[in-house]
Parts: sequence; structure tokens; C-alpha cells
Amino acid sequence: MLSLHLAQFNLPFQPEQASEFAKPYDDLFWATTGLTVFFTLVVVAMLTVFCIRYRHGRKADRSNQLTSHMMLEATWTVVPFVLGVFMFFWAAKLFVDQRVPPKDAMELYVIGKQWMWHIQHPNGVRENQQMHVPTGKPIKLIMISQDVIHSFFIPAFRIKQDVIPGRYTVQWFTATKPGKYAIFCAEYCGAKHSEMGGYVYVLSPAEYRAWLATGGEKVVAAKQTPVEIGKELWDRYRCQTCHVETDTVYGPSVHGLVGKTRKFTDGSSAVADREYIREAILDPYKRLNEGYGKTMPEYKGELNEEQVLALYEYIRSLGAPPTPSAPTVASASKSGSGGNL
Amino acid sequence: MAAGATQVEHGHEHPEGVFHQFENIDQQNESYIVGMWTFLVTEVMFFGPLFLAYILYRWQFQEYFWRTHKLLNIWLGGANTLILLFSSFTMAMGVHFAMKKDSRRQIAFLGITALCGVAFLVIKLAFEWPSKFAHHLYPGPNFAWPPHDGYDQATLALLRDVPSGAAEMFFSLYFGITGLHGIHVLVGVLCIGTIIVMKFLKFPQVEPYIPTEMVGLYWHFVDLVWIFLYPLFYLMPR
Amino acid sequence: MSATVVGKAEVERPEPGPNYLTNGQTIASWLLTKDHKRIAMLYLISISVFFAIGGFAASLIRAELISPRGVMLESETYNRVFSLHGIVMVFFFLVPSIPATLGNFLVPMMVGARDLAFPRLNLLSWYIYVAGGILMILAMCMGGVDTGWTFYTPYSSLYSNSQVTLAVFAAFLAGFSSIFTGVNFIVTIHRMRAPGMTWFRLPLFVWAHYATSVIIILGTPVVAITLLMLFGERVLKLGFFSPELGGDPVLFQHLFWFYSHPAVYIMILPGMGVISELITCFSRRRIFGYEFVAFSTLAIAGLGFLVWGHHLFVSGQSMYQGMVFSIITFLVGVPSAIKVFNWATTIYKGSVRLQTPMLYALGFIGLFLIGGLTGLYLASMATDIMLTDTYFVVAHFHFVMVGGAVMAMMGGLHFWWPKITGRMYPDNWGKLSAAIIFIGFNLTFLPQFVVGYLGMPRRYHYYFLWPEFQPYHLLSTAGATVLAVGYLLPVCYLMWSLKYGKKAGDNPWGAKGLEWQTSSPPPTENFPVVPVVTEEAYNYDPELAEKEETLADKLEHGLEAKEDEK
Repeated sequence: MLSLHLAQFNLPFQPEQASEFAKPYDDLFWATTGLTVFFTLVVVAMLTVFCIRYRHGRKADRSNQLTSHMMLEATWTVVPFVLGVFMFFWAAKLFVDQRVPPKDAMELYVIGKQWMWHIQHPNGVRENQQMHVPTGKPIKLIMISQDVIHSFFIPAFRIKQDVIPGRYTVQWFTATKPGKYAIFCAEYCGAKHSEMGGYVYVLSPAEYRAWLATGGEKVVAAKQTPVEIGKELWDRYRCQTCHVETDTVYGPSVHGLVGKTRKFTDGSSAVADREYIREAILDPYKRLNEGYGKTMPEYKGELNEEQVLALYEYIRSLGAPPTPSAPTVASASKSGSGGNL
Repeated sequence: MAAGATQVEHGHEHPEGVFHQFENIDQQNESYIVGMWTFLVTEVMFFGPLFLAYILYRWQFQEYFWRTHKLLNIWLGGANTLILLFSSFTMAMGVHFAMKKDSRRQIAFLGITALCGVAFLVIKLAFEWPSKFAHHLYPGPNFAWPPHDGYDQATLALLRDVPSGAAEMFFSLYFGITGLHGIHVLVGVLCIGTIIVMKFLKFPQVEPYIPTEMVGLYWHFVDLVWIFLYPLFYLMPR
Repeated sequence: MSATVVGKAEVERPEPGPNYLTNGQTIASWLLTKDHKRIAMLYLISISVFFAIGGFAASLIRAELISPRGVMLESETYNRVFSLHGIVMVFFFLVPSIPATLGNFLVPMMVGARDLAFPRLNLLSWYIYVAGGILMILAMCMGGVDTGWTFYTPYSSLYSNSQVTLAVFAAFLAGFSSIFTGVNFIVTIHRMRAPGMTWFRLPLFVWAHYATSVIIILGTPVVAITLLMLFGERVLKLGFFSPELGGDPVLFQHLFWFYSHPAVYIMILPGMGVISELITCFSRRRIFGYEFVAFSTLAIAGLGFLVWGHHLFVSGQSMYQGMVFSIITFLVGVPSAIKVFNWATTIYKGSVRLQTPMLYALGFIGLFLIGGLTGLYLASMATDIMLTDTYFVVAHFHFVMVGGAVMAMMGGLHFWWPKITGRMYPDNWGKLSAAIIFIGFNLTFLPQFVVGYLGMPRRYHYYFLWPEFQPYHLLSTAGATVLAVGYLLPVCYLMWSLKYGKKAGDNPWGAKGLEWQTSSPPPTENFPVVPVVTEEAYNYDPELAEKEETLADKLEHGLEAKEDEK
């Protein structure tokens, strides 16, 4: 294709296609380009021909002036409309595919802060400004910002999603081609916004396993899994003072919490998921559990997003409480955080 | 002769009191009224997003907003509502007498309207708001939550469980919307005052009821905003 | 009824009376004027100042980007420079541009009135604009703002330590200037049309300004209150938009774009109105499909309020919300397509003159078309994922705003220059500048589509990790240099024409429209007698026009005009 020829001049016209999204994306992109070029040529041709043919001083047939023609108006109303609707459906379908991750996707945490990216693998390996992923496996990025809005953008995968403070956002992909590709921050975030980039390294599954086991170079060696980090935090902050296996007067149990429904003092209720547990740690009085007062300290400003995620993983690893009298939960944490591939 | 248009003998003089860009007094009057209505549309769009923010955050904090709203004084707010409703009546009377060119009654009713506006502001600024400030119930770094005194025990007990974030959001919205509304009331009072002064100084006007009618429209709008505000903030149901 | 023959005096005027320029020559008579034409000139001067400031910022940006490591600025400064470029160009140049200058000058004349409905409100709106402008310049001198013109929270409310408060307040004031202009136009168009001037005899320029004014009054107050809320969050720590204070940053984006998307239609619709005037005059043809163009204008204004969420596809709004916005965005493109085809068909069987304004009009149609079509990539949710926040978007909006709106303003300025000043400029220089602008513009912005698709995000100072972007930036900066020359030339020859240009006479172009039925420059009261309208708009006859030679034709062909000295 044209892009390949031009690539010989080292003037690339399209990024590498390194994920399963890339080809369908590029198909839509180039189809749109075809449409754009076609209509531009049509209109430019009309303008050129008419301006030359009917230039002042040139003999031409100017009789039977027409200033309205319903069929013509209908045509150039209906055709763009139909094309637009068609493109909408094509693009919307692709968008839905890109935004609904498969259930068995491997989860990677991405934390954006001014001005770097922290990536956390399920087995504990942490990376800054880079991300190692295997080919062939759907990977779900769970992202949050520590401060302002950022955006995690990998052109070669054709993915981008804003990373906002206060709320988790999600995107996913399946890498297909080993190599090294650019990561950008794509939402202006302050002084070093343009230096907040890095690389994603796509490895074959075997290479990835090897890399994960050794911790790779330039990454924080995986001494601990997130669950272990979470347990350490749990002990350090003495959460067990109030949160034990069963509900007590000091605090509700967190065993088997994930997936359970909590009731709050204002009458509302929510299913305990990652969002809720994060809120309960950082801002526990926003939605207070029924039957409890304001006794838990707020950890906002004390724990960062990475630590919150580690605590979540630890809580998730605490299954249903041992004694039958304690509240049990339907979906105990099955997909443990052992980082199994 | 210019193509597409014929001449009409109109000359350059125009009737006394009609501004130079208008052909006749009717066009002038209509233009001013259409202009005021257009301006009121912009005011609706100006208050709109604040009401939207109110809707969104109340939806998020339903119970907590209801508890916090108990700190507002529904009697003072109610008094303000009656004052504004009454002032809309007197304003309409003012416009009526302006049209009948009855200057004395026009000034009288406009004066009462302005006094009502002042009374509204006094109740708000000398009674309602200071009590909030005294208890540090205004949003910002000095927000003190939950309140420990100044209210009855039952209310205080209810408020203890309300997260300070929710309460602060309530007060952000409360002061934001009622503050903006108060500024509009003040502007209205000043406009009415200006008309009264102009009448006293016997400013020559061909159709003097037009400024009054314009201010009347503005005043009714300001009243309408309050009619929405009062139930939304003071009379919140559970 | 005789056709308009240029050069003959339309009315038996004994001697040229004072026109609006000579009627009162003190500074006070200008600064306290109520004449819409003088106010238009005041706006023209101030808007040009802001265009120069914004343009200077643009040249700094392009200079920095030729090297992956920047050239002379620190990132902190660069961020302030691109923010200044955006804020000044959007709020202080593009939004007022055509409406406050050409609109103010022409709308009363085109409807056959002596002035706008509220002349003093018009003057007030200029003073408010200047006040906002001065505050903005003050903010710039005190260090500037580094949030981008979009002021996204929580960066702008809690993190940035630049002059956000001042800049936000300056934009707030500029908004009120816009609102007052909008109110003025709506009342004038509704209530002050001359006898016989029905809605469907109005020039499409007037329709465009009417639709623009409707957008202004519905949209601008929303951004005004949003900026006020941002101000409150920054100064008083009211927590509407920051999660740390309990608010939602995406709420800011919704409220901001609820205005800012219709704002782009405020910027383009008046330009489209200008193009309708230029295409008809320079083809000597009635517009093809008048009602379709008029209703398309209203449709763009209406639908434009329903698409703001297409700026938030990857911001965290739900998929389903996104779909609604996406489909309506596709719909809003349809009326623009209708207009483009109608304009092109207008030229068919016309009597075409390719003088300077026509070149700008043709350039507009081509460049606006490309700009609009590249919007399709962004309306499509899937392609938007990759392209949003990259240089692709930057290229897209510069095509519609610069290749569209600014070209239209240049075309309009050149078309009505003789009416405004009474002088003709040298058409060769006009055509040369138009060509330079066209070439420079394409060279600047076409490479940006490519580099955006390759992944270069916007608002980036450095790109040293990805040096493969550099060739595109070099092309772009080269183009920007050419473009700058193209914009400087008209300043020179237009200023030159004020003193040395040929006297224009009432109607040097042979155009229809009430403004051409009065002298150039017009008298203060526009028309000695109020016209009564009996004909449709654009009542051209191309076969007749073939036989005519207007003043402009003569000047183009290098022949001296005989009967123009007045």
C-alpha cells in the first residue's frame, strides 16, 4: 500500500499494527479517508470546471437558469445522511468491542500521576514509564489517576482512555506483534506532560513468563505480590483492630466482602466492588455502613492509589469468613490475585 | 433608481422621543420588549447549569442533603417568598399605572416593589446568612462540620452522620444559587430606583411605560427563580 | 426596472455629504459613537490586535516544534504560550470576528435600517470586550495561564499555579460582550427590516447572523456560569469539579463543551453567510436552493447544541451516551454538506469573476470541506479513540477555523473593503496573498493529520522520544512561515489603499444587496431614504452580467475606470 512505499523513505504514514484492534481500526480509517478524498475531489472538480467554463468573457450557454431542484437537494441530503448512519453503526460496533473487555482478561493496574505512569502486574512486578505484555492474551487495564486527568494512549494498539482522579476507568487490548511501541499521555496534565511517555514491550508468552519471573531489568523486582503488599499495609495500619472475621461493634467484617451488598445510613446500598472499597478506605464517611458511626479514620492523603489497589487485592483474597454464623457471600473471590497466566 | 428598491418619502425627521434608528414609536417599543425577553432567555441559561448541578448532587446525596437542609430557616425563607410574590403584584400594578400615565401611583407602586426587594435582601443578608457564617457553615477551608450548637438536639443528632463533603456541597450550591439570585434582586432594585429617579427628574419620554415594563419582566423573572429555589432548598422532601 | 449600472449616481445627490468616517473626527466622537459602522471599525482594530497576539503565540509554537527538544523555551513557558494562543484566538478573535466587524457593519444595512436596535448596547459590548481583553493581556504579562483554553479540572482549579483566575474572568467578560451583540442582532432582524424585506428576501448573511445570535444567547451564559463555578472552586474551594473536594471533573467537561461546541458554530456560521454573498456576487447568480441554505443554517445551529459529548468519548462517559452524541454529530454534518453542494451549483451557468474575494470563497469551500470531512473520523466513536487529543484534531479544527472562518473573514473584508473605506485595493496583490495563504495553510496543517495519526499528542512541547515526528513538524513550520507572509501582505496593501487606492464608487463589484445601493463609505444614517424592497435576494442575471464591465473588472484588466471620481 501507499504507506508501505512511503515507509521506504522513512516517512511513516500509519503506526504499526500491534494489536487485534489495529486492523479493523485501520480498515475504518482508510474507508473514511476514501470517502473524504472522493467527496473532496467531486466538489473541487465541480468548482474548477464551473469556474473555468463559465468565466466572465467565455462563451457558454447561460440560458435556463436553475435556482432550485428538489431531486438534487434530496440527493445530496439523503446520500450524506445514509453514509453517515452507515459509518456510525460501523464505528459504534467497533467501539463497543473495544470497550467491553472479555471476562478472562488479565488485569494490569495503571496509575497515572504527574508525570509518570506506574504499571502493576498481578504477580507484583511494578514498572514505571513502561509496560511489558504478552501477545495473544486479552489484557485489561484498570486505571486511575493520583492527581489530575491524564490519558493512557498506545497508538500501535489503537487504544486510548482518559485516566481520571477519583474513579477507575478501564480499557483492554490483545497484543499481536512483539516489539517496542510508544506510550503517550494524551491529556494535558501540566509542565511535563510531553515527557510523560514511555514504551510498551510486547513479548511472546514464553518470553513474558521468563521476564515476569526474573522481574526484568529496569523494573522494581517483584519481591511481593499485591496481596502481600496489601497484607503488609493491613498490618501496618492495624486494620484488624476493627475489622475481624465477623462483624463487630467496631467495624464490619471484610471477609468475602467483594461482591457483597452493603447497606448505608442514608438508606441506599451498593455492591462492594473495587470502586466502593477504594471509597471506603479513602473516604469512609461518604457512605457509612448502617449501624456504624464515624469511627474509622479517613485514609485520603495517607494512602496512594497503588496502596489502595494492593489493599483491595488483599481483601479480595480473604474468602468467606470461616464460621457459618458470619455472613457468607455468593461469589467469593475466585479469580485470586496470584497472577497466574 | 436603485434596482430592487423604490424610494419612500420618509425624510430624516422622526417623531419626538423616538430614537433615530427606529421608524416609529411602535417599532421602538416592540424592539425594547423583544430585547428584554431575549435577555431573559440568556438568564435562564445562566441559572440553568447551577440548577443542573443541584439536581446531580442531590441525586447523589439524597438523604444527606435532606438532613442538611434542616439547617435552613424555612420561616425566613417563607417570609422572603411572600415578600417577593407581593412585590410581583405591586410591580404589575406599577406597570399598569405607567401605561395609564398615572405618575404618582406608578412611583408609589414601584417604590413599594423596591422596598420589598430591599426587605428581601435584608432578611437574607442580615438574618439568614450571618447565622450560617457564625457557625462556620460556609464552604471553603473554614467549613466546620458537624455543627455542635445553635440548633436543637434532634437536628444535631441527625447531622452527625452526614459526611462533611455532602454538607459542604449542599452549602456550595445554596450560597452559589441564592447568592447569584440575590445579586439579581439587587440589580432589580437599582433599576427600579433609577426609574423612580428619572420620573422625579421628569426625564422626557414618549412612552414612559416601556422602561417600567422591561424592569417588570426582569422582576417577574427574578421572582420566578426564587419560586423554584425556595421549595428546592427549603422545602426538600425526604 | 433598470439593472444596477455601476458608476452612475443612484440618487440625485447635490454633493457628497459627510460619510460615517468624516462625520465627526475627534477621538471622543469615535469612543462615544453610537454608529454601528464606527463600532464595527473599533472592533476591527481590537480584533486585529488580538489576532496579532494569537498569531505571535502560534509562531512561537511552530518555532519550538521544529526540534524534538524545543528551541528556546522551557516547557512551563511553552505550555503558557499554547494556552495563550488558544484563549486569545477562540475568545478574543474567532467568536467576535465576523459578527462584531462585518456583522455590525452590514446587518443593519442589509435589512434596510439606519442602525442596530440598541446602539448604546452595541458600544457597551465593545467596551466590555476591551475590558476583557485588557485583563487577558494583564494575565499574560503576569505570567500567563498554562491550562490550555479548555481549563480542564482539577488541573485548572487545584493544581495550576498560573493566572487561571484572571484569565477565566477575562473570558467571562468577553462572553457578555458576545451576548449583548447577539441580543442586538436578534431584535434588529426581527423588528427592523425595511418595508418589503420579508424573511425569505433577506441575504443569507443575515440568516447566518440570526442563527449565530441564537446560539450565542443560548450557549454563552452556560460557559459564563461554568467559568464562574471554576472561579469559585479555585478561589473559594467550592467543590463542584474536583474529586478531592467531592466533585466530578467530567461534569466540568460536560458544562464546558455544552457551550464550546456550539461556539464553533458561532465561529463558522457567519463565515458561511459571507460565502453565500461572495459566491452569488462573483458568479452573478441567484443562490441555488435559497430555502435549503437558510434552513440548513438553522439546522446547524439547533443540532449543534446536541453533540457536545463527542469531545468526551474517551473521557469516562458511558458508551450509550457516546452513541447518542455520535449519531447526532453525523447528522449535523448533513446541513453543511447541503450548503457546500448548493454553493458549488450556484456557480453553474454563472458569469464568473475570479477577483480576490472569490478566490477566498473558493478556498473556503475546499478547505472547509476537508475540515468537515475530517470531522467524520472524530464523530466515529472507534476512530476517535485513536485520534482524539492528537494533532489530527488540531489539524481538523484549524482547517475549519482558519481554512474556513478566517478565509471567509478575509474574503468578506476584501469584498466590503470598498464599501467600508471607499477605496479599492490592488487586486493583484489581493490574489497573490490569497494564493500564498492557501499554499501556506495547506503546508502547515496537512502534515499535522499524518503526525496525529502516527500518534503525536497535542499540547506536547518535547517529542525527543519519538524523533520520527520531526519531518512533519518541519513541513508544518515551513508552511506556517509562508502563511505568516500571506497574512502580513494584506495588512500592507489594505493600509496603502486607504490613502492611495482607487476611489470605489457605490458598487464596484456590481453586486446586489441594499448595502451597495448607498454610497461608499456610507453616510452615518446609511440610507438617505428608507428603501422599500420589491425583489428577491441575489437578483442577478448572468447573461446580462456577461456584457458588463464593473469597476473591479476594469481594474482587474488593467484598464482605467472612467467615471468613478466622485
